[in-house]
Amino acid sequence: MSITNEKLVPGPLPASIQLTKDGQLKHFLDIEGLPRSLLIELLDRADQFVTLPSNTQKKFPLLRGRTVMNLFFENSTRTRITFELAAQRLSADIVNLDIRNSSASKGESLLDTIRNLEAMNCDMFVVRHHHSSAPHFIARYCAPHISVLNAGDGYHAHPTQAMLDMLTIRQHKTHFSDLVVAIIGDIRHSRVARSQIHALNTLGAKEVRVIAPGTLMPVGIEAMGVNVFNSMDEGLKDVDVVVMLRLQKERMQGAMLPSEKEYFSLYGLTERRLKLAKPDAIVMHPGPVNRGVEIDSSVADGPQSVIMQQVTNGIAVRMAVMSMVMGTRSLEQQANV
Amino acid sequence: MSKLLFKNGRIIDPASSLDQIGDLLVEDGKIADVSSASLSCNDADVVDASNKWLLPGIVDLGAYVRDQELKATVESESAAAANSGITRLCCMPEYAKPTDSTAEVNLIKDKALASGKVRFEVIGAMTLGLKGERLTNMGGLKKAGCVAVSQGHHKFASLDVMRKAMEYARTCDLRLFLQPLEYGLIGKGCVHEGAVATRIGLPGIPVTSETIALSNILLMAEQTHTRVHICRLSSAAGVEMVRQAKARGVAVTADVAAHQLHLSELDIRDYNPICHTLPPLRAMSDQAALRKGLSDGVIDAICSDHQPQDIDAKLAPFQEASPGISALETLLPLTMQLVEQGVLDLKTAISSLSASPAKIIERSSGGLSVGNDADVLLYDPHAKWVLRASEMVSGGKNTPFSGHEFIGKLLQTYVCGQRADSLA
Repeated sequence: MSITNEKLVPGPLPASIQLTKDGQLKHFLDIEGLPRSLLIELLDRADQFVTLPSNTQKKFPLLRGRTVMNLFFENSTRTRITFELAAQRLSADIVNLDIRNSSASKGESLLDTIRNLEAMNCDMFVVRHHHSSAPHFIARYCAPHISVLNAGDGYHAHPTQAMLDMLTIRQHKTHFSDLVVAIIGDIRHSRVARSQIHALNTLGAKEVRVIAPGTLMPVGIEAMGVNVFNSMDEGLKDVDVVVMLRLQKERMQGAMLPSEKEYFSLYGLTERRLKLAKPDAIVMHPGPVNRGVEIDSSVADGPQSVIMQQVTNGIAVRMAVMSMVMGTRSLEQQANV
Repeated sequence: MSKLLFKNGRIIDPASSLDQIGDLLVEDGKIADVSSASLSCNDADVVDASNKWLLPGIVDLGAYVRDQELKATVESESAAAANSGITRLCCMPEYAKPTDSTAEVNLIKDKALASGKVRFEVIGAMTLGLKGERLTNMGGLKKAGCVAVSQGHHKFASLDVMRKAMEYARTCDLRLFLQPLEYGLIGKGCVHEGAVATRIGLPGIPVTSETIALSNILLMAEQTHTRVHICRLSSAAGVEMVRQAKARGVAVTADVAAHQLHLSELDIRDYNPICHTLPPLRAMSDQAALRKGLSDGVIDAICSDHQPQDIDAKLAPFQEASPGISALETLLPLTMQLVEQGVLDLKTAISSLSASPAKIIERSSGGLSVGNDADVLLYDPHAKWVLRASEMVSGGKNTPFSGHEFIGKLLQTYVCGQRADSLA
């Protein structure tokens, strides 16, 4: 690599790189910076891909001949598999790379890893990385024909998760503008929470609340357009949607929290606490669920829980995103011909 | 030795409170005469300084050369300093090869001397290998010419080691250059803790990482009656603590990196790895307090905090990119921009680059009085120019100011009356 290559100059990675000049989705990196109309388009498209569990799975030829690479620098089962299924149902070829055990551990730089992979002629990178902005970095420096989808970066963003949550909410509630949504748990380290906050505010939710103990609440979160609560009993009052976050076991090892038991007693979602919310409130969780830590089994499996529906919607949303970023490209190419 | 006569320039020398149009004569590397009347000297080379300024050479209190890491060399950074008006460059001790022995100090000085540009002053390591455990031979370091000792970016194993290092440095008559960083509160942090860090999901470094370390340093300095110099203030609360310490008579001085006066957390919103620094770029309110601290004298000096990095060290996601800005070549322009913006008066601005830092390291340079070494800059206050990273002389091209237009341009740098720069 030569420094004279102008493209290879370190610099800012604005979220605007996810849109083409004419406003089409090129990469899907972050909800922040995307217009409401685009989020609605994404949800509408995802609706078309949702199939009922009893029906045979339809396969669409939209990505035939395309190759998708799952680049997971951080482990994941659920997210990786749903991206994999989404690609398959769109007729794409999919390759899974567990980067943790290959190049990165041998000291190869991220840029070199990407250079090598793009030489294998693929069309899309699905990236999960433990460092915030790594997918933006890849999008900024990879070959121009490649689209990058963020499957979770550091504490920053998990936009497909947020959109599958929005899809799930929309299937149960009429207008976002009527909704009070509470997000509960490890807000500080949660990319899911950040993306949900941006999505809910972009879609015009009435109020977004975050509930967490001080150690798990990041400084200045109010600036993202949320109301901050330390108490479950206060924060859950009259909400329409309850979003529980997964509590990572490692948070117990430092000084973040004293014990799982105490966390459950203060922040666990129980049937009693759920009664504080509106009677028709839905309960969501991005999974995997820690029963008895952040949520009681009776709630997780209860009538208000939509957790399994979230998983199903995850595939539809990822199909929608994949088809949108690829569609963008073909439109562009047509324009160029 | 040849003589040099600067004719008809605006001579600005805060050290002697001089600001007048006049002539300046250099003989044998020293300033021989300064006069508002026309000087004449038949055998002198004449430099026409009409409509130009004559300024004292810059004394930069904090630069990392990164010679050992091959990011840059003493030669390249000496040339960069000369082209930036820096006539005396203080090198911070570096972990790759800490200046913890007289041999290391001499090596840098010899290399600098051989490169023949600007003078290098060495800030020795306070502890062996900068490990924070055992004291260095500070007596030897002093004899080898170190102007101060420092722990750089590195921590002490305990407060007791810091105390003893302070007491011993005082014994050796060495000033302490201490950077207030409490690592227990920094952790994996890489940006200022606040709303911006939260939004972009990067781990934050709280202001208390500076103020708590600063409190330790100031209290210890007060107790041990040791002079300390606080390096690279970054926060409003830190400035306030230094203000209070000075008010109660603690022998403390402080500096700030020029980029901290122009950048803030807003510059890392888009993950620009070029703006990854330690201490981090903080809030706009911190920037305002740092600017005010300079104008009212709480902060004594502006330094570069120069940290050249190669492109690979910066071409990575923010957290993986090495911190630091290549800053020699922006030190003077950024400081002069503060004058243009009305933040500093001209005298304070120039003083904070010359007389004040020279006083901190107890060097007689930094002024244009008769008898001083002729470290003189010829400066055009009206010339407009645009900084291009690719055209920088330093081995590190990592500047966030590439593309910025500056008003006022350095034309020539003289060290002991000898032209040191390679400017056109």
